[in-house]
Amino acid sequence: MKLFGFAAGVAATLTLLSTTSAFAVTQISWWHAMTGANAEVVDKISKDFNASQSDYQIVPVFKGTYPETLNAGIAAFRAGQAPDIIQVFDVGTGVMMAAESAIKPVAEVLTGAGMTFDKSQYLPGIVGYYSKPDGTMLSFPYNSSSPILYYNKDIFQKAGLDVNNPPKTWNEVWEAAKKIKASGAAPCGYTSTWLTWIHLENFAAWNNVSWATQQNGLAGGDVELKINAPIFVNHFQALADLAKDGTFKYGGRTSEAKQIFLAGECGIFTESSGGLGDIVKSGMNYGIGQLPYDSDAKGAPQNTTPGGASLWVFSGKSDAEYKGVAAFFAYLSKTEVQEYLHQKSGYLPVTLAAYEATKKSGFYDKNPGRETPILQMTGKAPTENSKGVRLPNLPQVRDIQNEEFEKMLAGQETAQQALDNAVSRGNAAIKDALGN
Amino acid sequence: MLDEETKLTLRVVFPHKVLPYLLVAPQLAITLVFFYWPAGQALYQSMLRQDPFGLKSKFVWFANFRKVLADPAYLNSIKVTVVFSLATAIVAMAVALLLAVMAEKVVRGKALYRTLMIWPYAVAPAIAGMLWLFLFNPSIGSLSYVLRSLGIAWDPLLNGSHAMILLVSAAAWKQISYNFLFFVAGLQAVPKTLIEAAAIDGARETKRFWTIIFPLLAPTTFFLLVVNTVYALFDTFGIVHAVTGGGPGKTTETLVYKVYNDGFVNLILGDSAAQSVILMVIVIALTAIQFRYVERKVHYG
Repeated sequence: MKLFGFAAGVAATLTLLSTTSAFAVTQISWWHAMTGANAEVVDKISKDFNASQSDYQIVPVFKGTYPETLNAGIAAFRAGQAPDIIQVFDVGTGVMMAAESAIKPVAEVLTGAGMTFDKSQYLPGIVGYYSKPDGTMLSFPYNSSSPILYYNKDIFQKAGLDVNNPPKTWNEVWEAAKKIKASGAAPCGYTSTWLTWIHLENFAAWNNVSWATQQNGLAGGDVELKINAPIFVNHFQALADLAKDGTFKYGGRTSEAKQIFLAGECGIFTESSGGLGDIVKSGMNYGIGQLPYDSDAKGAPQNTTPGGASLWVFSGKSDAEYKGVAAFFAYLSKTEVQEYLHQKSGYLPVTLAAYEATKKSGFYDKNPGRETPILQMTGKAPTENSKGVRLPNLPQVRDIQNEEFEKMLAGQETAQQALDNAVSRGNAAIKDALGN
Repeated sequence: MLDEETKLTLRVVFPHKVLPYLLVAPQLAITLVFFYWPAGQALYQSMLRQDPFGLKSKFVWFANFRKVLADPAYLNSIKVTVVFSLATAIVAMAVALLLAVMAEKVVRGKALYRTLMIWPYAVAPAIAGMLWLFLFNPSIGSLSYVLRSLGIAWDPLLNGSHAMILLVSAAAWKQISYNFLFFVAGLQAVPKTLIEAAAIDGARETKRFWTIIFPLLAPTTFFLLVVNTVYALFDTFGIVHAVTGGGPGKTTETLVYKVYNDGFVNLILGDSAAQSVILMVIVIALTAIQFRYVERKVHYG
C-alpha cells in the first residue's frame, strides 16, 4: 500500500510537471469547497474567465468540505506547495488572520498589479468583516450568505397555515411547527442546519445581544463567551423541548438537515441563503422568510452577520501569479459576474453595482424573498454585537458547542447545563489557543 | 529446538562483506523513509506548541503529553475505543465462526458460498461506512424504517448507543469475511476422525462443536482476536469519519479519530502529535505481544 501511494505520488508530480511546462499561460490554482449547484457556478466562472483572456488560466480544484479545504491549504503551505487562491469559510477567518506572514492581503495583490481598489463599491458589512481593523482588505469575499427561513408551501397549506405569511419570531416558529406536526401535514415541524452559526452567532447579532466579550472577539485579546445568558438558555430550552416529540428534528452539525427539508419531512427550515440553489433545483414549492428573531429582545431584529467564505491569497508566489490573481478578482467583481453568482447560487452580491443591477432587472419582483438576506445584513448599522464573531480557534469552539447541543437534544442535559458547559469548555479552549 | 550442529549448517555464508547489506538496503530504506522519519517527526512535533501554519513554535518537552493525559475527553476516548474494539472483534468473530461452520455443512456449491462470503473484504472501509450509513439513515434508510415500524426510536444522530451500534455493525461486517476465511481454514485442520468418533459415541452436534471443534480452533481464534482488535483500533478511521464523525457528543470518538480531530480539524498539532506517539507505543506493545505469543501458537504442530 505504502509503495503504491509513493508511486502514485510520483506519477501525480510528473503529470503536474508536464502540464505546467506544456502551456505558456500562467496557471492560477484555486482550491474550493463548493458542491452541487454552487460547484457548477465555480466551474462556469472559471471557464468564462479563462475564455475571456489568454494570459492566465484559473484551475479550480475541489478539496472537500470547508474544514477539509482549510486543512489541505495549511498542510500544503507547510509543505511549501500552497495553492495561489484558497476558499476559507467565515469561521476560518480568524485562523487565516493570525497567520499574517503566510498570506498576502488582497488589497496588496490588487495594488501590486496596478489596479485600484475602491472599497466604496462593495457592500460595507461584508468587506468590513474581511478587513483588518485598519481597513486593509485581507481576503476577497467570494460567497457571502446570511441565514434565512425557508418553508414548504405545500406543507403550510395542509397544516392550515398562512402560505404567504411565514413566522417572524421564534415563538411563531415553535407554534407553526407544533401545528404542522399535530395536523399530520409533515412528520416534523422545524429543522435547521448549523445550530452554532444560526442559533448562536446570528441569533446574538439579530437580537443585538453579546455573543462574547471584546466585541465578539473582533477587538482581540482575552475573549470570553457569553452564550449562557438567559435569552440563549430560553431559546435552546424551547428547542430541546420541541426535540422530545420530534417537532424539531436535528440533522447534524453542518448542512445535513437540508436533506430532511428537501425530502419533505419538515415544514420549516433555517439555513444559509447559499443553500437556495439546491432547493430551487429540487423543484419544491418553497417560500422564503426573514430569519426569525426573539420577541423578548429589545430592538430586534438588528442585522445578521456574513457567513459563507472568502478567497485568500498565499504569500511567496511569483509576480506573474499575483497579476493573474488580481485579474481574476477584477473579473469576479464585474457586475454581470456578480449578478450571475447572486441569482444562481443565492449568495449575496459583493458589489453595490451588482445589487442595483439585479434590483433594476426586476429579479426581486419575480423572486420575492431573494432580497431578504441582503436586507437582513444591511438594514441597520451594525452594533458591537452584530459585526460578526472572530476567534483564533472558532472551528474548535463550534465543535464544543455542537457536542453540548447533541447531549442536550438527547435529553442528557438541560439547555442551562449545555450552555454553561459550552462556555466553560469554550473559554478554556480559547485561552489555550491564545497561549500558542 | 535446533541443536548446535544444525544451527551451524543452516548459517549462510556470503562470499562478500558488502553484499548482505546491499540486499537488505531497499527494505531498510523503505523502513527509514516510511517509518523512522515520520515517527521521528511526530515525536519532535509532540514536544512543540505551534500555530497551525508553523510560523511560531515553542519547545515544551512533555507538556503536551501531560495535557493530553489529564484531559477528560482523552480518557473518554480511551473508554470509547475499548468498547468499540472489543465489540467489533467479538461480533465479527462470532458471526464469522457461525457462517464458517454453516458453510462447512453445505454439500453442493460450497465454493460459491465461500466466494460470496469473502467478497465484502474487498470493500473499502469508507464505502462500507457509507453503505451502513444509508441503510440506517434516520430519514431515508430502509433498515431504520423497519426499526421505526417495530417501535424503536432509531436516532444515531443523537443517541450515543445507537451511533455505537451502527459503527460496530459497519466495522464488524467488513471484517467478517477475513475471519470467515481463517475459520474455514481452521475447520479443515480439525481431524474428521475425532468428530466421527464422537458422533459414534452419541455426542450431538452442539456438544461436538463445543468440546472438539471449538478448542481445536483456539489458536485461530486467539490469532483473530489480536488481528481484529488491531483492525478495530487502527483501521476503522474511514468508517468513523463517514458514519458518525465522532458524535453525537463525543460518544464515538475513538483514539485514532481524536488524533485527526485535534490535529486536522481543531489544528492543535502538539496535542495531536502527542496522542499519535501514545498510539505508536500501543501499536508497538501489541505487535510485541503478537510476535511473542500469537505467532508461536497459531500454527499447528
